[in-house]
Amino acid sequence: MIASEPQQRPSTADAPEPQATHPVVQMTGISVEFPGVKALDNVDFRLFPGEIHALMGENGAGKSTLIKALTGVNSLSGGSITVNGTSTRFNGPADAREHGISTVYQEVNLCTNLTVAENIMLGNEPRRFGGLDWRSMRRQATVFLKKMGLNIDPGSSLGSHSLAVQQLVAISRAMVVDAKVLILDEPTSSLDTDEVKQLFTVMRQLRQDGVAILFVSHFLDQIYAVSDRITILRNGKLVQERFTRELPQRELVSLMIAGTSDAQVGQAVARNAKEARSENAQPLLQAVGLGRKGAVQPFNLDLYAGEVIGMAGLLGSGRTELARLLYGADKADEGTIELGGAKTKLRTPRQALGHKIAYTSEDRKGEGVVGDLSVAENIILGLQAARGWTRPLPATKASQIVDAYIKALGVRPANPNALLKNLSGGNQQKVLLARWLATAPKLLILDEPTRGIDIGAKTEIMNLVSELAEQGMSVVFISAELEEVLRLSDRIVVMRDHTKVAELPRTDDVDVPRLIEIIATGEETK
Amino acid sequence: MTLIYKHRLFWPLVALAALLLACTIKRPDILGITVLDGHLFGAPIDILRNSAPLLLVSLGMTLVIATRGIDLSVGATVAIAGAVALTFIASSDHPASVGTALGAIIVALGLCFILGCFNGMLVANFGIQPIIATLILMTAGRGVAMLITNGQITTVASAPFSTLASGFLLGLPVAAIIAYGVYLVVALLVRRTALGMLLEAVGINPEASRLAGVKSKTLVFTVYALCALLSGLAGLIFAANTMAADANNAGLFIELDAILAVVIGGTSLAGGKFNLSGTLVGVLIITTLSLTVTVLGISPLVTSLFKAIVVIAVTLMMSTRLRTMLAGLRERRRFQEASA
Amino acid sequence: MSTATATIAKSASRKLSLDRRYLPVLGTIIVFLLMLVIGGVRYENFLSPAVISNLFINNAHLIVLATGMTFVILTGGIDLSVGAVLALSSVITATLLQAGVPLILVLPIALLAGSIIGLGMGVMIQYFDVQPFVATLAGMFLARGLCFIFAPESVPIRDEGFIAITNWGLSTGRWRITAAVVIALIVVACAWWILHRTRFGRTVYAVGGGESSATLMGLRVARTKVTVYVISGTCASLGGILFAMFSRSGYALTGVGMELDAIAAVVIGGTLLVGGMGFVLGSVVGVMVLGLIQTIITFEGTLSSWWTKIVIGVLLLIFVILQRILSLRRT
Repeated sequence: MIASEPQQRPSTADAPEPQATHPVVQMTGISVEFPGVKALDNVDFRLFPGEIHALMGENGAGKSTLIKALTGVNSLSGGSITVNGTSTRFNGPADAREHGISTVYQEVNLCTNLTVAENIMLGNEPRRFGGLDWRSMRRQATVFLKKMGLNIDPGSSLGSHSLAVQQLVAISRAMVVDAKVLILDEPTSSLDTDEVKQLFTVMRQLRQDGVAILFVSHFLDQIYAVSDRITILRNGKLVQERFTRELPQRELVSLMIAGTSDAQVGQAVARNAKEARSENAQPLLQAVGLGRKGAVQPFNLDLYAGEVIGMAGLLGSGRTELARLLYGADKADEGTIELGGAKTKLRTPRQALGHKIAYTSEDRKGEGVVGDLSVAENIILGLQAARGWTRPLPATKASQIVDAYIKALGVRPANPNALLKNLSGGNQQKVLLARWLATAPKLLILDEPTRGIDIGAKTEIMNLVSELAEQGMSVVFISAELEEVLRLSDRIVVMRDHTKVAELPRTDDVDVPRLIEIIATGEETK
Repeated sequence: MTLIYKHRLFWPLVALAALLLACTIKRPDILGITVLDGHLFGAPIDILRNSAPLLLVSLGMTLVIATRGIDLSVGATVAIAGAVALTFIASSDHPASVGTALGAIIVALGLCFILGCFNGMLVANFGIQPIIATLILMTAGRGVAMLITNGQITTVASAPFSTLASGFLLGLPVAAIIAYGVYLVVALLVRRTALGMLLEAVGINPEASRLAGVKSKTLVFTVYALCALLSGLAGLIFAANTMAADANNAGLFIELDAILAVVIGGTSLAGGKFNLSGTLVGVLIITTLSLTVTVLGISPLVTSLFKAIVVIAVTLMMSTRLRTMLAGLRERRRFQEASA
Repeated sequence: MSTATATIAKSASRKLSLDRRYLPVLGTIIVFLLMLVIGGVRYENFLSPAVISNLFINNAHLIVLATGMTFVILTGGIDLSVGAVLALSSVITATLLQAGVPLILVLPIALLAGSIIGLGMGVMIQYFDVQPFVATLAGMFLARGLCFIFAPESVPIRDEGFIAITNWGLSTGRWRITAAVVIALIVVACAWWILHRTRFGRTVYAVGGGESSATLMGLRVARTKVTVYVISGTCASLGGILFAMFSRSGYALTGVGMELDAIAAVVIGGTLLVGGMGFVLGSVVGVMVLGLIQTIITFEGTLSSWWTKIVIGVLLLIFVILQRILSLRRT
């Protein structure tokens, strides 16, 4: 099995052994397939008692699929799982929990309407006279809460506490069944600094008690603060397993996001960076101190006509949140936007649309595609929304527009009456692009337009972006793939930990390693 | 042939045909139409006339359901419209004049529109679940209707007003002309303007619609107002039929019949794609059901049993779970046949 | 660590005082007391034992209906069939007794009818993804249709055993309590115990709070969702028996619209219609509020009966908007 592709698939056997000799969880050659996608391809993963093991990777790397494969949510198409030396398959999180593997999710999956004590004890509740024994339930819950350093009333309802407390309560619940393995799936996403500290204290305490912790986070600093080892996944494949202390941040980031080979981008033309703007050019849009609590730190940004601004940064770095503020999809708490020199409020997408701003969401399915409507209806939706329902687009004009875009973007099948949900991801993306292009925007914000689509479609979309900029459109292009960002952009904005950390013109000395450096450390080493 | 079989209105139309067939077997001449005094008479004409109020209510309900909503208050609105109109006529000095009848219609529809705006405000602006928001008016509405009629069954005589229900125009019942005319107008309005597409977009994916700039609040508000307006019109036809405003019984359970008609017509209660022609077939099935039951000599009270069977059958047919179960069975049978 | 703990603990204790679980019920109790006070001040004999006793006696069946409905609404569902099931059970009771079937057989059969309809609706909802609204609408049509098949006309009850139970009562002074009230209160006590002292009961709350969370917590969600409809159906048919005791007859057209009264009582009683929050005792107070509205309107004399519905509607509006504000603040 290993012999078949020895170069690509680094064996975990090469990695240095940690203090414990036998892994509590050993996953070998794990493959998971969804219709048309290989979400995990022959991945090895192991977890030792008494370690905090970070699982790293960008969108679609397969982190959550690996966790779901372990807890039995996804069924395996290949490979084996050994827990405590015995081969095992769980049939769901509840089953896994009974065998000592508990999961705590980012969106705390407890019932906020129940009391803290119930959330910890339900399923293992003490009984008296055939019914729940509330008093000893609360008493036992208090013991577990104390271990977390929490001094709260176990009889209070969970929803009355902050997310951080809820997170710790979820960990308490995991401890009730004497968890040997604790999976923390992005537990820190909505916590503030003090709360993260508190969580780490608990994690270190658990590590001392011999619990194996699998930790997923997008914050590099947190990974380095708390983890012992790191497993990196990319595109459903294992990249490497390394000790944290022996892996520089820069290398970690490059392992996570590199690998966009030229072959993948295909025929996409590298854009020539624009000649310097004339001195007195007026920005199309000027964001001054724009920010939103918990999403993006206040930032300044100028966008010019005919320019492509690339946004680089890891998942969860605030790149999407920034884009949503520019479109009015979320309301900014502070700062201003000036359009063509005039102060403007963007409170709703509708207003942004009125100012000729368009935005495609990274969440194509949830926030873009209207699946049960036809391709044609999806294309004219934005245009029609702007006109209002009383002024329908004349049928001939509508079909002209639809046909033109289907042809120009090469939508397949080229049938305007096909339901959008029946098209492939790449073609759905083209239809959504058509929806926005039809509104003739001056500013087009594309949030990961190339994610999860095939190489051909990727190339076409990137070529299209180049063309649009040539025609004078201002484009904000967000992508996890630094190669793509570098190829297209005139200027590159780097996001890190919800903060805009750098803005640099694309010159010859701006390359992938340099971007990785900034993403990893937040600053440039000169 | 398979195309016809797979058409979403195939089964509803079969059901309608079966009901009519059952009638014809019992009374072969029932589908005949006779001309009397230049007016058309006969069972088909009766069905058209009797279906008028339900068609109007179901029309509004279809649009509400398309936006992922529901309106439970239509029955109460029907009662209120009748109460307002007849009380207005009863208290006027010239109850028989055309002006009074017109005044009554305008006042009643105006009030219904306001009630619809109330529902729309609760749902669109306050973000209250539609089923809860409209439950309020469903509960209070009949009380309001009784308040208007002072608890009496107000009976009036106004020839112009009663024309709404019993009059004939070009040989056809006025009620049917109004209802089917409004149906056509709304259907054209919905499909010729962008209203239909935007409603469907909101029902299918509210967040994507919002990001595409669709004013979903306004749209949702509008359909509740429109639904109440149509219910009010249905209430006027009801009231004109009996010329008595019965606040307790006018439009009783019409909300359930309307929801049933929409569901039979193939519009999902989960919102999104809606099908006005399906709703029409649903309305005709429900109206014909009453006729069939009467013709077959079954107590009309048992009608609800048939409705129960229809609801259960239709919803189970639409359930993906049952479909996969049936597909699995078929697969297994084929497998067994192959291996045998 | 200590500083972090301190800040978290502090924020926790501050938020503790805002525990909102009891707020809606508190509102209901305040409304109830206010109405008692208003009634007591305005009318003579309003706060008399007879009036209070009658409040229970006249609404015993509604208390049972609302109790069953509370289970369903706590899971985030709704049951429109209870009025029709109540009628069906009263008709079955009356018809079977008239046919000479012994009482000891009749009562379980009548109860079972509701349980079976509830089971059918629960299965449709849980396993065939039919919306609760539609499934229970079908249950309503079905039960009402069956009523007419059993007995299109009102059937009087002359069974001696049944009448003996009906006539049983305790009275001290002008306080009076009937068998129906005793049964209703026992049902409420059982419901309270089940909801607060069993894992099933807590699962009911958990499902209403978030179905996927409850599943991930390893609770038996599917079974719970079916069971609440069985409970509601059984409560509805018990309500039918109580109503038959009250009216000494079974009639197919009883309880039309009673599902609305039950839902209104539960909502006014402080149970969130989206599920997950509420108390069965709140629903009892909700029934009492509905009963008091009627009593006050009777006492007032000049006010007509339709004001009952309007007042209930207004109360519903107020409670629904209050609930909305509470849930907005929560998120």
